[in-house]
Amino acid sequence: MSRRLSEKDYEKTMSFHFHRWLSGEKDPFLDTVEMKPQQQFHESEELVHEHELQHQRIVEHSYDVEHNAQVRLFRKFYKIFCVIFCLCLVFILLVGVSSLPKYGHEENPVNNEVSARYIERGLQETGAVNIVTGMILDYRAFDTLGESHVLFLATCTVLILMRKDKKENQETAQHNDRIYEPKNDVILQTVARVLVPFIELFGIYVILGGHLGPGGGFSGGAICGAGLILYLNAFGFAKTERFFTGKTYKCMCFGALACYSLAKTYSFYTGANHIESVIPLGTPGAILSSGLILVLDICVGLVVSGTMYTFYVMFRKGGY
Amino acid sequence: MELFFDLLLVFLLICTVAVSLSKNLLNSIIIYMSFSLIMSVIWILLESPDLAITEAAVGAGVTSILFIITLKKIHAILKNDSEPEKSGEEHHE
Repeated sequence: MSRRLSEKDYEKTMSFHFHRWLSGEKDPFLDTVEMKPQQQFHESEELVHEHELQHQRIVEHSYDVEHNAQVRLFRKFYKIFCVIFCLCLVFILLVGVSSLPKYGHEENPVNNEVSARYIERGLQETGAVNIVTGMILDYRAFDTLGESHVLFLATCTVLILMRKDKKENQETAQHNDRIYEPKNDVILQTVARVLVPFIELFGIYVILGGHLGPGGGFSGGAICGAGLILYLNAFGFAKTERFFTGKTYKCMCFGALACYSLAKTYSFYTGANHIESVIPLGTPGAILSSGLILVLDICVGLVVSGTMYTFYVMFRKGGY
Repeated sequence: MELFFDLLLVFLLICTVAVSLSKNLLNSIIIYMSFSLIMSVIWILLESPDLAITEAAVGAGVTSILFIITLKKIHAILKNDSEPEKSGEEHHE
């Protein structure tokens, strides 16, 4: 049940006022609140002189270590307390470590039915030859989802802190960035040209082989990100912006996180309702095996490599 | 192998002490990098290659690079190392 408002009625509504205020047509404070223009703060010559003298006196008084007994005492005790504090900390930590149960003992609290089940039935239930990956991406995939989101949040925080919006700021930052940089270094470029493809290939191998051997999404993604950073260092932003911009990162990260969440939602749903999952586990040892682990590994790898690269770009330039 | 492991642990200790005692910030970062590398070898000896790969890529690679850029941004690395310790000292005063 909605009816059309006439223009006069519409001008009385709150939403009209709000829209007018939002678009800056009318300032609601303009005629109702008394406003004074801000005045420049002026200081007379004598006042400035006096302030400087006071400042000088304070500095001399507080930093004159020879005659200031308080400061001298403080410095001496500061050093002594530092040493005592460190020794106490070392002592507490050593006592704590010495009261831990012996490493590898069979009656340790770590040695319980959970780890026994992981070791005995991990291969059957997850299909991953590498038990560690089976654990972090199948039994405890919810933790890994949280970790990926933490990485994404960290990037957002770095973006908020470091991003420079105005064009001119970005240009000066780029200029400052190039001051200490050897431009077009031949050695660096040659080495990068040879190394970067192999680094990227190794990173992709580590990501894809996460369920078969050591590796996984996080380590492979970090290797890929490091390779991208090396490429950027050697050839500059003009080359990398051809294939990796802020938009690429956004799409990649969002896509990977959404894919991860959807995949895990499916497996949680089927698991909680005792429905048989349609995803086959495959033969252990084959590349296309172990259910969703390969997909999740690729998602985590994309997020991590993008995050590493974005951190570097933000630290150096403050924007893509 | 036992001896090699102990040697690595001793190197680790030396690195940690050297990081905190080094006056030059750039030197500290490079020592920290070597700390991470030794740590990754130790992970391999403890039979956890997953962690070794991650440690080598993140600890020795990306983190150190981020540290070095930060140093460059706060002008702690001078262009021609004439007074490398000056900017490091200023922060303590």
